Amino acid sequence: MTDRATEVRRKTSRPPALVMVLALLGLAVFVVPLVGLLARTPWQDLPELLTEEVVADALRLSLIASLGATAISAVVGVPLALVLARVDFPGRSIVRGLVLLPLVVPPVVGGAALLFALGRRGVIGEPLYEATGLVLPFSTWGVVIATTFVAMPFLVITVEGALRNLDPRFEGAAASLGAGRWTVLRRVTLPMIAPSLAAGLLLTWARALGEFGATITFAGNLQGRTQTMPLAVFVALESDRDTAVALSLIMVVISLTVLVVLRERWWPSR
Amino acid sequence: MTTGLQAHLVSGRDNGFALDVPLEIAPGHTVALLGPNGAGKSTVVSLLAGLLPLDTGRISLDGRTLDDPTGNVFVPPEERGIGVVFQDYVLFPHLTVKENVAFGLRSRKVSRREAAERATKWLQRVDLAGLGDGKPGDLSGGQKQRVALARALIAEPRLLLLDEPLAALDATTRVELRRTLDDHLEHFPGPRLLITHDPTEAFLLADQIHVMEDGAVTQVGTADDIRLRPRTPYIADLAGSNLVTGTASGGIVATATHDLHVGDTRIAGPVLATIHPRAISIHRHQPEGSPRNTWETVVSRIEHYGDRVRLQTGDPLPLTAEITPNAVDALRLTEDAVVWVSIKATEIGVEAD
Repeated sequence: MTDRATEVRRKTSRPPALVMVLALLGLAVFVVPLVGLLARTPWQDLPELLTEEVVADALRLSLIASLGATAISAVVGVPLALVLARVDFPGRSIVRGLVLLPLVVPPVVGGAALLFALGRRGVIGEPLYEATGLVLPFSTWGVVIATTFVAMPFLVITVEGALRNLDPRFEGAAASLGAGRWTVLRRVTLPMIAPSLAAGLLLTWARALGEFGATITFAGNLQGRTQTMPLAVFVALESDRDTAVALSLIMVVISLTVLVVLRERWWPSR
Repeated sequence: MTTGLQAHLVSGRDNGFALDVPLEIAPGHTVALLGPNGAGKSTVVSLLAGLLPLDTGRISLDGRTLDDPTGNVFVPPEERGIGVVFQDYVLFPHLTVKENVAFGLRSRKVSRREAAERATKWLQRVDLAGLGDGKPGDLSGGQKQRVALARALIAEPRLLLLDEPLAALDATTRVELRRTLDDHLEHFPGPRLLITHDPTEAFLLADQIHVMEDGAVTQVGTADDIRLRPRTPYIADLAGSNLVTGTASGGIVATATHDLHVGDTRIAGPVLATIHPRAISIHRHQPEGSPRNTWETVVSRIEHYGDRVRLQTGDPLPLTAEITPNAVDALRLTEDAVVWVSIKATEIGVEAD
């Protein structure tokens, strides 16, 4: 293409000026807090702050919780999406509502509900404790469960939407070629929704990394056991602002790296 | 043992659209199901392939019952051994061309290596050697059709279903692929069912044609039965066109007995000319005017269809013409009457054969 053609194309495809101004304002919503964070960063002391034990503990727990929640979501959330998309059963809309509930209900409420269910005196927690001695609240497992509760809906809705948009004739074609239901799922359905599946996993992981309310309610805030990064930031803001800033910076860097790298890989911009 | 397909397909009684289609296809025979969009043709594919269950009726293939609601038999699609070339082909976009072709073998636990080898051979057979490593998205419509055909045939199905196999192609490719399709059908030993809305396709590829309208079969017969003795207005309109084969050059199509002037002056070589019965005028005396084609002949047959009348004309080029009952009265036409036929050159459709 000639330079002139590129130039003309660029000009004619540009949205109106008002849209550009509003778009800049929209961008500011994301950039301003980041600038604030960077401006407040004590760059000199940063290496020292980053090696503090509380930071390392929180980072480890955050990775365990966010990756654990994403893995559990993949194992049980994808089947749930398949059932919601493909099985016509009475009360399906109610089940779909239940799945979306964590998106709407404040995480604190979710954490409280988990406590009533799985706490040491909870409906399930009490028999579980008596049978196995396992205590979920205020444990690392509790963090993973609370995080999964909050983050899994993102995977379920993304995957269910992709399944509904998949032309059923692809699965029909595979079946007519002799593929049983497992083979169809493995070789056609899942590979064909792979981009949505990846997007869903990424959203789930992102939500899990930032999870705060349900975790602090259900699992508490114990350094080295249940204190994830957001919790550590919250505590540090009260006592040690520099550590809070350092923790925040780590989260921003990790998130931004993952989002930029994975986004380019899965949905390359043209 | 009975071979071939015996089916009575009944479906959709409760949702308003009722489908009731009896079908019998002997091995080595091609039956075309010809009908307009919305006639239920694709439902027939789904029912036979097992993607939809019958409400009543029965499907049996080579003596094996595939679907029988009264006997509570339903063989799932993956166990039917029915090859389907779907409308728009439905190739798997995430697999390579070769993996698409090999899919049926891999599903039947054929080893990866053997499946790949046989897929490569099939790709050669459909003239796509060297394209196996690309994705279906990189292929042209005609190439996709051949991949779909190879994918359906590689697993040696007992019945081949072709759902509008040429509809997604442009006119030139269609003619070319109709011929390759004909070749491949010749080599397939089982019964074949061609679903189409294009009468030319049905006439050229099928031994027998079932015309389908609103979920029911309205006429069964050979291409000639359908063309010469259409039973419903739809068939008369769509399938009742005159087909003439000949050789074109410089705006003339030479048939065995007569030369036709056609509008297309550029086409050359073997062609198929179509003349709609309504494009043919009948005169008592030699007409003088713009139509390039006029000749004298006799009326060999007159058939009344409500508000229209179909005439068969005799030598040198037997054709079916459609006129109104008023015209028949005004011209006092009877069988054996001597008449003049006239057709404008531009009313004759010509495509490469």
